Amino acid sequence: MPELVRTPVMPGAVGDSQMTTETPPPVAMAPALGEKIAIRNLKFYYKKFLALKDVSLTLHDKRVTAFIGPSGCGKSTLLRCLNRMYDLYPEQRAEGEIVVDGRNILNPDVDLNLLRAKIGMVFQKPTPFPMSIFDNIAFGIKLYENLPRSALEDRVEQALERAALWGEVKDKLQQSGLGLSGGQQQRLCIARAIAVQPEILLLDEPCSALDPISTQRVEELIEELKNDYCIVIVTHSMAQAARSSDYTAFMYLGELIEYNATEIVFQNPTNKRTEDYITGRFG
Amino acid sequence: MIVFDMGRYRGRRVRGRVILSLSLVATVIGLFFLAMILGTLVFRGAAAWSWALFAQDTPPPGSAGGLRNAIFGSLAMTAVGIVVGTPIGLFAGTYLAEYSRESKLGQAVLFVNDILLSAPSIIVGLFIYQLMVANMHHFSGWAGGMALAILVVPVVVRTTVEMLKLVPNTLREAASALGTPKWKIVTRVTYRAALQGLLTGVLLAVARISGETAPLLFTSLNNQFWSTDMNAPMANLPVVIFQFALSPYDDWRQLAWGGALLITVAILCLNIAARTLAHWSSLRS
Repeated sequence: MPELVRTPVMPGAVGDSQMTTETPPPVAMAPALGEKIAIRNLKFYYKKFLALKDVSLTLHDKRVTAFIGPSGCGKSTLLRCLNRMYDLYPEQRAEGEIVVDGRNILNPDVDLNLLRAKIGMVFQKPTPFPMSIFDNIAFGIKLYENLPRSALEDRVEQALERAALWGEVKDKLQQSGLGLSGGQQQRLCIARAIAVQPEILLLDEPCSALDPISTQRVEELIEELKNDYCIVIVTHSMAQAARSSDYTAFMYLGELIEYNATEIVFQNPTNKRTEDYITGRFG
Repeated sequence: MIVFDMGRYRGRRVRGRVILSLSLVATVIGLFFLAMILGTLVFRGAAAWSWALFAQDTPPPGSAGGLRNAIFGSLAMTAVGIVVGTPIGLFAGTYLAEYSRESKLGQAVLFVNDILLSAPSIIVGLFIYQLMVANMHHFSGWAGGMALAILVVPVVVRTTVEMLKLVPNTLREAASALGTPKWKIVTRVTYRAALQGLLTGVLLAVARISGETAPLLFTSLNNQFWSTDMNAPMANLPVVIFQFALSPYDDWRQLAWGGALLITVAILCLNIAARTLAHWSSLRS
């Protein structure tokens, strides 16, 4: 992690408005972690509508950060800023800074294809491509690497292995990815995302369309993958955030209300609204 | 306890029956004429079908013959029309669906395309007549093929746009999230997801042009003899049917019936194929 990335915002209570960027974190954090992504004063617009109001936070490498909050709070919007997915839609735009490895990715001169090759994303609904299981995984690898067939096969196997899918599909790699069950399709998409060896993995409610067993599989996978990646997960399930994340950011109406280590957010939140949300009083 | 107003209920029932009866009558009228047309066509056309229909060329009045040269001409000019028109339609449709969906230009082009889709085909024939026939000083199979190509373009554009729009945005986002360049998303992911729909569009375009008479009257005209020269006037089923059906000779009119049935059966097969393909693609998505 380059030294030049310094964010003024430490994990901790962000507060209702513009208060406190200097106050030290209320609780001692885990030993210094690599800062992977620094978001500073991010504003996001859908046409005229301000969906993110001056959000600042730092995401750590090799940790899982969960974004939680009621529907429409901006958590998915924030996630989609991190790989500039919003750029596909002309009426959406972001202001502020998102510094990844020392570089502001909101700069217009950033090559989005190269950026996204480094930042994997898994979506709410499984999105297998209309091609074979093998080609689904190989597609991304072949975009940026020219591998001999055997090496490509190894990479596909590794990715499926890590996504806990290899055992179920190893005999039907040439069949269509669309023929798999929902849970298998989602793990296929995770395998596809990690096969290109990104540094950051964005998960947008990856389990919302899955049954509990598939959900458990995916969560185990997240647990294993965080050794290598900076993982950001948007989730509606507070149980999932509590189980699988190291840090939790609570968002409400486009503002970051509270950001801290997950056990603090869930056991000892500093903000009343966070407490109300996680105890189920609204949202 | 609510007291029902039975008067209101009865009134609704009566109105319902009246509308239902009117709908049934309209359906029966429509089906009656369709059945009459198809029945006559099959009855008189089948009588004209024989091996000679496919093996011999159009005869002079009073002698035996078939439609071989016209069948070949129709196939050749349809092929030219599809080969020329399909890529243009696919590319234009891709531009409209993938690159200019929100833009004013895209909306305007799509609107003009819909006008072209319903434009009288005789105008297309006159256009190509002016452009090619008048300049080359003779009718030709190429001119016929080009006129058909112009009719193919709007059909393929429309279906391409519709089919690409059916591909969910999440699929494009997923491909984009891997760092896939846009042209590769379109050709490797979106086209593949919409493949059957795109093929359906091409089949519908074939069906549309295989019965067109007016554009060919002004472009390929007709040719009584066997000819594979696309630079010369070329026989084709619609124009042969048009001329033979209006003739006073029984054997020519007989051949016209046979040709009409042939085109109808071919279009029926194409439509069934298109529907089957569309059905498959809807099953997959």
